[in-house]
Amino acid sequence: MDGVRGLLRTWIRPGAVTAAQGLLIALLSLTTHVALFVLSLVSLVLIPAFGVGFALFPVVTALVRLCAGLHRRLARWGGVELATPYLPAPAGAQFGTWRRFRWVVSDPATWRDLSWLLPGAVTGAVCLAAFVLPLYGLEGVLGVPLVLHLTVGFGYGPFWPIDNLLEALLCFPLGALFLVGGLAAGRWLVWLHLAFARFFLPPTRSAELALRVRQLTVTRAETVDAQAAELRRIERDLHDGAQARIVALSMSIGLAEQLLADDPEAVRRLLAEARETSGQALAELRGLVRGIHPPVLAERGLAGAVRALALAVPLPVAVAVDLPGRPAAPVESAAYFAVAEGLANVSKHSGATRAWVELGHADGRLTIVVGDDGRGGADPAAGGGLAGMGRRLAAFDGTMVVTSPAGGPTVISMELPCELSSPRISPSSGTG
Amino acid sequence: MRVVIAEDLALLRDGLTRILEAFGCQVVGAVDNGPSVLPALIAHRPDVAVLDVRLPPTFTDEGLQAAIRARAEIPGLPILVLSQHVEQLYARELLSDRLGGVGYLLKDRVSHVDQFVDAVRRVAAGGTVMDPEVVAQLLASRSGAGPLDELTPREREVLGLMAEGRSNAAVAARLFVTEKAVNKHINNIFSKLRMPPSTDDNRRVLAVLAYLHGEDGRRPRTPA
Repeated sequence: MDGVRGLLRTWIRPGAVTAAQGLLIALLSLTTHVALFVLSLVSLVLIPAFGVGFALFPVVTALVRLCAGLHRRLARWGGVELATPYLPAPAGAQFGTWRRFRWVVSDPATWRDLSWLLPGAVTGAVCLAAFVLPLYGLEGVLGVPLVLHLTVGFGYGPFWPIDNLLEALLCFPLGALFLVGGLAAGRWLVWLHLAFARFFLPPTRSAELALRVRQLTVTRAETVDAQAAELRRIERDLHDGAQARIVALSMSIGLAEQLLADDPEAVRRLLAEARETSGQALAELRGLVRGIHPPVLAERGLAGAVRALALAVPLPVAVAVDLPGRPAAPVESAAYFAVAEGLANVSKHSGATRAWVELGHADGRLTIVVGDDGRGGADPAAGGGLAGMGRRLAAFDGTMVVTSPAGGPTVISMELPCELSSPRISPSSGTG
Repeated sequence: MRVVIAEDLALLRDGLTRILEAFGCQVVGAVDNGPSVLPALIAHRPDVAVLDVRLPPTFTDEGLQAAIRARAEIPGLPILVLSQHVEQLYARELLSDRLGGVGYLLKDRVSHVDQFVDAVRRVAAGGTVMDPEVVAQLLASRSGAGPLDELTPREREVLGLMAEGRSNAAVAARLFVTEKAVNKHINNIFSKLRMPPSTDDNRRVLAVLAYLHGEDGRRPRTPA
């Protein structure tokens, strides 16, 4: 029983998967590559002819990019996902415009795609063997040639037609040979095709840098906007809140000074008022400070601050922290606010009975998980807090993945690249 | 009453000293940094210590750490901790030895001079004083979780004042009712929360705070 299961796990299932992959690659390559290559050539040749090629070549290129994009996705089977290498389209580059043609022609990735079409077609076609060989082997193993030989006469492998029973019986070992060989070779054939794709299709170093610059431009703009908005908010809050209250406070004190000799009772009232006002100013400042940089984060670091957050949520939150050191201050702050936002979402929307927060660090990345057993259906695309969280993390090259099926549980997994500083013994504290 | 003060800002240190001395306390030591706190407490053995949470050189929570260490060295040493902000986490740590003689207040409360001095006296006498802000946070974070929701608004008010560490007489004065009425409320609260009633003021406060901190065995403590 175990032997059968082991066979299934180590040979048959991966073999079947490889055969299916080979068939898919072969079908894709055989149906599209040659046609696309010919179309590209034709449209290039037609460039001098009435400018037809100017309009046609970008269209064909778009198709080629679809096809290459598909194979980039398939590269996952080889364990590598290939990034898209194309330069961003300039504004107003609709099909048929000169600008579009120039953009397509000036992108080195266009020509790399084109040069890959034929080698890709060959390696793709060869992948068919990954499917056909095991199938042919299966035919022999199942004794089909033997049965057919006994009824109508038939051939298999090198014996065509089969002349006697011995040759017919040989179809069993031959089939087994084809099957095992086909399965073993199939993996290599698919790997070969993907290796070619990996050679031709990934972004060049400069394209990669261009992509990175584009991404950084976007995140920087978002960060700068967010920061500016935040500063404006702080300025407004200070101006209309604490500052105004302190002005009122000094007025009360000034007035009290004037009245000191004549009306002690009024002075007492004024002073009580002044104290009241200063208390309100302080409460406002506290709230503001908490929003800028929570004091508990400054005092206790991320682990302590997250525990403090967990205590303020009206449901039990289990906190597990495994951090051998402290992240850099900006990352720590981003992580804190991400957890705060996540927990706020839990208590506002989830209807959960319990939640959990996990902090860890592995491979130079800080990992944060906020989960709850609530009703699910959280969607970062719907804007609101979750979307803001994603943007905040993007500024640090962080990522956020939300899994929240209807009926829960909701799990928000975040990652932030960061190095930890030297280990620091954090003060002991209770669990959340 | 002999007091030791730890506060790094000279202005506030002098203010505290002035207030306490105006009310007949004797400030026997005033330090301005974390490392000096524990030696000062051990040297002076004050009736009560008033400590700021954030102190040099690290400007983290050195005052709080010193308070916890001092309580470990000298069990029950009365300590009142002051801070610009209050955290449930810190309240929990201060209360963890269940001995009383602990206070945790926002610095602004010092401006209500008589109430502040009263708090210092209550802590010195072994009582427990919690900032209303801490209690409000506790009540907010424990709502929607069972028995607490069965309390009437008035009972919640009484529970809040009790958690701040006020005596029955003080609660009655605050709510303009008789002490007998307060007693009745308190009995109702204890039966609704299924807590054993206790006549000892301070033990009762600690029990209420422990309950609000969720140390009644009904909050899971293991990560999922």
